[in-house]
Order: sequence, then structure tokens, then C-alpha cells
Amino acid sequence: MRYLPLTPGDREDMLAVIGAADIDALFCDVPASARQAGPLDLPMHAGELAVERKLSALAARNRAAGAGPFFCGAGAYRHHVPASVDHLIQRSEFLTSYTPYQPEIAQGTLQTLFEFQTQVAALTGLPVANASMYDGSTACAEAVMMAARVTRRKRAILSGGVHPHYDEAAHTLAHSAGIETVRLPAAIDGEDAVLAAIDGDTACVVVQTPNVFGTVTDVTRIAEAARAAGALTIVVTTEAVAFGLLKSPGEMGADIAVAEGASIGNALSFGGPYVGLFACREPLTRQMPGRLCGETVDAAGERGFVLTLSTREQHIRRDKATSNICTNSGLCALAFTIHMSLLGGTGLAKLARINHARARRLRDALRAVAGVEVLTPRFFNEFAVRLPKDARGVVEALAVRDILAGVPFSRVDPSAGMDDVLLVCATETTTDEDISAFAEALTLEIAQ
Amino acid sequence: MSLASVGRPTRPESDGAAATTHGLVQYEPLIFELGGWDKSGVDLPDEAEPLDDLAGLTRAKPLRLPGLSEPEAVRHYVRLSQKNHAIDLAIYPLGSCTMKHNPRLDEKMARLAGFADLHPLQPMSTVQGALALMDELAHWLKTLTGMPAVALSPKAGAHGELCGLLAIRAAHEARGDARKTVLVPTSAHGTNPATAALAGYGVVEIAQTADGRVDLADLAAKLHDDVAAVMVTNPNTCGLFERDVIEIARLTHAAGAYFYCDGANFNAIVGRVRPGDLGVDAMHINLHKTFSTPHGGGGPGAGPVVLSEALAAYAPTPWLRHTSEGFQLEEHAEGEASAALGRMCAFHGQMGMYVRALAYMMSHGADGLRQVAEDAVLNANYVKARLGGTLSVAYPEGPCMHEALFDDTWLDDSGVTTLDFAKALIDEGFHPMTMYFPLVAHGAMLIEPTETESRRELDRFCDAVLRLGDAVRERDIERFKGAPYHAPLRRLDETLAARKPRLAWTPVRD
Repeated sequence: MRYLPLTPGDREDMLAVIGAADIDALFCDVPASARQAGPLDLPMHAGELAVERKLSALAARNRAAGAGPFFCGAGAYRHHVPASVDHLIQRSEFLTSYTPYQPEIAQGTLQTLFEFQTQVAALTGLPVANASMYDGSTACAEAVMMAARVTRRKRAILSGGVHPHYDEAAHTLAHSAGIETVRLPAAIDGEDAVLAAIDGDTACVVVQTPNVFGTVTDVTRIAEAARAAGALTIVVTTEAVAFGLLKSPGEMGADIAVAEGASIGNALSFGGPYVGLFACREPLTRQMPGRLCGETVDAAGERGFVLTLSTREQHIRRDKATSNICTNSGLCALAFTIHMSLLGGTGLAKLARINHARARRLRDALRAVAGVEVLTPRFFNEFAVRLPKDARGVVEALAVRDILAGVPFSRVDPSAGMDDVLLVCATETTTDEDISAFAEALTLEIAQ
Repeated sequence: MSLASVGRPTRPESDGAAATTHGLVQYEPLIFELGGWDKSGVDLPDEAEPLDDLAGLTRAKPLRLPGLSEPEAVRHYVRLSQKNHAIDLAIYPLGSCTMKHNPRLDEKMARLAGFADLHPLQPMSTVQGALALMDELAHWLKTLTGMPAVALSPKAGAHGELCGLLAIRAAHEARGDARKTVLVPTSAHGTNPATAALAGYGVVEIAQTADGRVDLADLAAKLHDDVAAVMVTNPNTCGLFERDVIEIARLTHAAGAYFYCDGANFNAIVGRVRPGDLGVDAMHINLHKTFSTPHGGGGPGAGPVVLSEALAAYAPTPWLRHTSEGFQLEEHAEGEASAALGRMCAFHGQMGMYVRALAYMMSHGADGLRQVAEDAVLNANYVKARLGGTLSVAYPEGPCMHEALFDDTWLDDSGVTTLDFAKALIDEGFHPMTMYFPLVAHGAMLIEPTETESRRELDRFCDAVLRLGDAVRERDIERFKGAPYHAPLRRLDETLAARKPRLAWTPVRD
């Protein structure tokens, strides 16, 4: 077997050094009734070529996003990633290293984490960012738990624009800890409903901008109201490219910002692995979940970086930890950092402008289709439209024409009574030809 | 206290270059110290389209982040990479972490456009191959563990633990039996008690016997009708198989509780023991350990959870189902999935890791995976045999499984601590073993070589440890106290980092 270096001769010699009669002697502590006598009922080993053939055949049964017109967003966005990013993250020293618990021989990982934290802090407009969470949805759930710890209150208000998956993930985590999550009814523009829901028992308000319908909201008023009521404001962003153009969560008064960072540096990958961004105001630092990388000096006085404030974490604090997270999204965070370091602030601002412009072009094209109504008043790169038909059926029909027309809102929230609402998105990867093909096909489909 | 204060510069006191450039290992500043505030390494057209519809919603001040041209960026990150140890360089014997070779075929497969360039919410008719892959992975995991169901979506081991405990909570709640306690052995990973607390349970520790196993009498005494689950790692964190595991399961079930197994050490038994035959109700599998998806400097991982018949109904959404129209994801807690505990995360989990893990499993096959466990256990026992005469074996009686645990008794009154010894190992060209874990062994050194180390590499490592052992005997203390001497940096001051946290670069204010 190509991944196993020991030869039969090695094994024999090593058993002799150990003083064991055979390999079974080393498994003597396993109860006899649980010992498998031979290989389980699965295929036997296979060469590279055979594995590659089988998996390539499975891959070929999928319609890759880039294979034709594509307009899906709703929490996952298709962007162009420079070739050097994927090359660099495959460096052995990044790809095959562990969590940097021995900092003297992990400065590569640690310094990039410090760069990552600094970039996330700048993007979110908040001073302290951690070294990543699993993804945006779990970062959001952890933020709700953190707000409950900080405020010692047990109710979180989630705006009707929060991605339903994020709401569900937060509910799953919070519920068992006795924290109530109240999701307001799905709303394209739900600012006033959030303001009305805040009261003296509120631990936090969770507001997404741009929200799941694409609506961009200035959270300032909500943050002020929350602060007045002693609650924290958590701003969620699922499209990190928006940070290049829109007011940052910090500018709008957020206490905690969480985001899905996959748009920068990472592939769509059918939903994972992604990278959760998590930032907060400075006084909240010691309540944060996850790893933090900090600066220090070595014995010779040279600057270096280490994982720090780990008394918050499970491996030290056990059942009193701020979270149970251990493994995070290190390599995805590295991809984010490298892509961000290539873009720079000016590049991200340009990229964001292009995304917005592509989405305006898409809006203009779809608005011209008879029967289509654009619902989102102010958007970044995605928006919602109302169709004269069930959106799921339209999307399936357009997929047959090789157009991936977006995400029916009912796919993520079947109970909202919005079966005719379609979420569509355009990025720098969307061409004029894609948009024309979509508008034409949609015109035909609606006319049928 | 103020943390990471603005205006406190994070930059080297000297320019660093002279002091820390050694041969081919270059000094490398932070990206924020390389200039490039108006630069970009991505060529993008200027966009003239107006922003009128976003009036008042855009950034007041431009985003201040530097950019690098591609050659500068490549050099920056390659230089940084060279300051890391990696499994591709030498043995990485971190106990409990299963640092094994990461096959490059797995990387290649995960990057096929038909997997990497798929949106999670595309119509299911357009992702049948991806869903078939998830189904195939589920089949392998269920067969290898002898368990009837698996929840794929948890994103890492700790997330899988949470998923398992939430399924257990849901099962108790469905019977109107609200239990409040989870029992965890003293040797457990920190994630176990942290997860139990996160899931809303109180944690009670179970004592350990003198031979490093769960104390059955203590377990029996603490099992009562308020205990929701018993969480046991098997093989445990001392590298020992819990001989009484079937009895642990029986006692647990007799008390109306569920048996959660932490599968972090599944590598030791894959193909030879099915946890389902041991009475396990839930077990997470770290795909980034046993099935070799790369650790990536701390993640991403994946933590699918296999579930017993009693817990299967509570598995989180999405559920993967066969229908007459092919594979379908049941994404909401309705129909067949109406008892589901909810959603662990957005979308469907770590697809990129599923592809890698399945490529790894198919490559090894049923026969190769069994050999994985055997070689992992053989390598660990070989290290234990070679080092046992010098280091003090924590539990000398009988064989270990995939990792060998030593304590610091042998360091005695030498003045050298486990930490010093670990740092000195760096100067020998090796990544240290896991230190001070598990907590049950004083000054613990936990060595897990994995099956992908050759005998030659094991000997090279053991020789280095024994050389250092000689140095301890000769009281060559400076070799330890000042170590490492030959790493990119000398020993780092972790206390200072925690006392005065600087968590982000801030510009120097004159």
C-alpha cells in the first residue's frame, strides 16, 4: 500500500524489539467478542488511477457553477481567486502543519494568523478579531452565546433578514443552554420590526447586512437602541466582498461582527469548508470564543507570535471555557489572508464596485422581463425578485436550459409563504452574455 | 484593562533582519510593514457605474489595508512558510493529533471543478454526483463503525461532540426525561467537558484506575437517573484500550443514559474493531485525523457523527435520502426528519473534506485501513519499547495502542522540565510530542507516531530522544533551559503575550 512505509520484514523485526509474538498480541486489550477477524465488507485497496477514475466520474455528474450562466448566492458566493492563492496554501509547511502550539517552529502559521486578525479587524471596523471560526453560521451562533454571557440575559432577537440557516444554527446551539432565539418574520426590509422588539430582557439583536434578500441596512439606529436597552448588537455579513464598499459593522456601532469569509480566497466547495470571521469591541475580548494570536518577544528580544489568552479555551478551562471549539478553519483563513494581501484595500474596494455594478446590470435586465418584480430596495450584489410562478419550478426549468438561476427563498425557508421569491446574485464572474441568457430564458419560462 | 490599544506599535525594536535571517530562513516583516497601501496585486477594471442607490450606506473612509504584487506576495508567504515545521519535513509525533501523511491525490480530487465549484443551493438535480459521494462516504463510515446512521454536517471534532450530545438531549427530551449531568473521565480531551457544558449539562468527572482506565466502581457509583450520557475516549488519551468498554456501555444503558465515544483515536482500531460492537450510541470521527485530511495549521476539519438506532431519528438536518428521482437532501425538520435536532451549520458540511477522506478510504480499502491501525499500533509500541529504558512509561503494564504515554518521573530532580525537554527536541530537528496532556500523567509526554512513519524515521526520532536523555543524565542543563537555539526564533515569552495582549497590528504613531 503506497501510503504505508513498513515492509513485512520491518514489522517482524519491530515485533521482536517490542517482545510481542504477533500483531494480535498488541490488540489483546480488545474484548474477544469485538475483534474483527478480517477486512470489513468494503472494497479492497485501489491504485491512484482507479480512485481518480471513480471520483472523476462522480464529479462529472455535477454541473459546475462555472460551466455556464450562474446566479446563486444566499450565503455562498462565486468569486475569482488568483492562482497564486491555491498554490501557496498547498505549500507543505502550511498544508501539513498542526495548530501552532510550538510557536518557535510555527511562526509561518502564527504570523499569517496575526495578519488575518488585523485584516478582519480593519474590514469589520472593530479592533479585535480571532483566528477564525468554522464558518459564518457557527460564528453567529457563538456570538449569540457570547452576548448572553456578557449581558447575563437569555433572549436573542434575530431580524427577519438573517439567513434562515444562520437562525437555525443559532437556535440549535442556544436552545440547549436555555437561551431563547426569537426570529422575526422574514422581511425584506425589517429594521422597524427589530427596533420594536428590543426590550430590557434582550441579550442581543442579530442583524444581517446585506441581508438574505440582499437589502443593505444602516444598523446605527438599531445599535443605539440596543445599547440603550443594555443589549449587544451583532452584525452578520455573509458576503465578505461587501466590506470593500459598505459601512463596516464597527462604523455602525456593532459590538460583535461575524461574517462568512469564504468569498475571499476560498472555493464554493458545495458549502464547506469555509471560514468564519469573528470580531468585537476591545472590552469583550476575554469573552471571545476561539483562538487568538498575539505578539510577543523571544528570549533574544526578537518579535514573534504565539497563541494567547488561552485560559478562555477548552484545553485549559474545560467545562468553564467560552466555547468548545478546537480545530478551526486555519487553511481557509490563510487563503483569505493571501487573497486579501493581493487585493489590498484598493483592490477590494474596486472588486466590490464591480460586484455592485454587475448586480445593477442584472437588476436592469430582470426588471425588463414581464411579470418580474424587483423586491430589494438597496442591494450590494444580490437581490430578491418576485416571479409570477413558483420559484422552485422556474429554477428547475432553467437548470434544464443549463442556467443556474438563483436560489428560491422557499429552499431556505419553506414556511415564510414566499414561494414566488427568487434570490439572485451577480459577481465579477458574471458576464453580460450570462445576464442576457438568463433574461431570455426567464422570459420564455414565464410566458409558458 | 485596555487590550491591543491603538497607538501601541507592533513592530520589531530592531529591523530584525540581521538577527533572525539564518542562511536560507529569511527575516520577514508583517505585510503591514511592506508598504503597498495603494497597491494591488489583482488587475481589475475601474468601475464607473454609479453608487446612487447606496447613498449614505458606503464606507466613510477608504479601507486601509496594504496590497502586494504577485511576486511580492508569493515571496512573503513562501518565506513565512519556511518558518513552520510540517509532516512533510519530519515525524510530527503529537499525541492525540494523528499527524499522518496527507496524500496529494486527495488534494487533486477535492479540486475537481465538479466538487470545488459547486454551490450548496444549486438545484439538487444538478449535484447528483456530489450527493452520491456523500452517500458513499456515509456508507464507508457506517460500515467501519458498525453503526446504522451518520450525521455528516459537523465541521470538526468538537462540533461533532456537540451534535452527538444534542442528539442525546433530544432523545431524553422526547421521553420527557430531562437529565442534567454528563460523566467524563479525568483523562478526557478538554473539548469533552467544554462540549457537555455548551450542551447545557453539568460535568462530573469519573476517576481513573492505577492502570489508566475508567474506574468501573466510580462510574457505577456516579451513574444515576440524572445522568444523560457517559463520554469516553477509546482508545483513551493515555493510549490504552478501555478493556471494560462493553461493561461501561452496559452500566450506562442500565442507568438509562447513552454512551458517547470520542472517536479522536479511531485510527488505532479502524478496520479491526467496530465501535457499534462495543455498545456505543454516538461517536464523532475526525476526518482530519483518521482519514488524513490535512490539518492546515489548525483546520479545517470535519467531524461526522455515527449514531445508534436509538439516536438516529434525532440526527441534524440535512438528511440525505434516496428517492425515485435520485438523491435528495431533506433540509428541514419535517417528514421523515421531523424529530431532527435542528441544523448544526449553514448548508451541508465540509464537502471538501468529504472528497479527500473518501479518496483516502478508497485508496486504502478495507484491507489497507486494517493495516493502518496495525501499523499505527506497532509504531507506537516500537517507540515505547525503544524509549522505555530511558523515559518513564506512565502505564508500563501491557501494550499501548496508537500512542505511548510517558511522565516526567525520569526527569526527577534534574532541573529539566517536560517543556524544556520538548524545546530541546526542536534543536534536534523534530516537532515535540504533546506535552502536559493528559492531565492524569505528571509532566506528560504523549507520542503518536502514526502508521506513515518508516522504521528509519522512527529510529532517527528515538535516537534523538535518547541523545537528549543522555544529556539529562549528564546534567547538561543549558541545552534544555535555553532551547531552542536553532529554530527560527528562540523561546517565546507566552506570559508577556497574555499579560499585554497585542492582537492586531496598529500603525506607529509618532
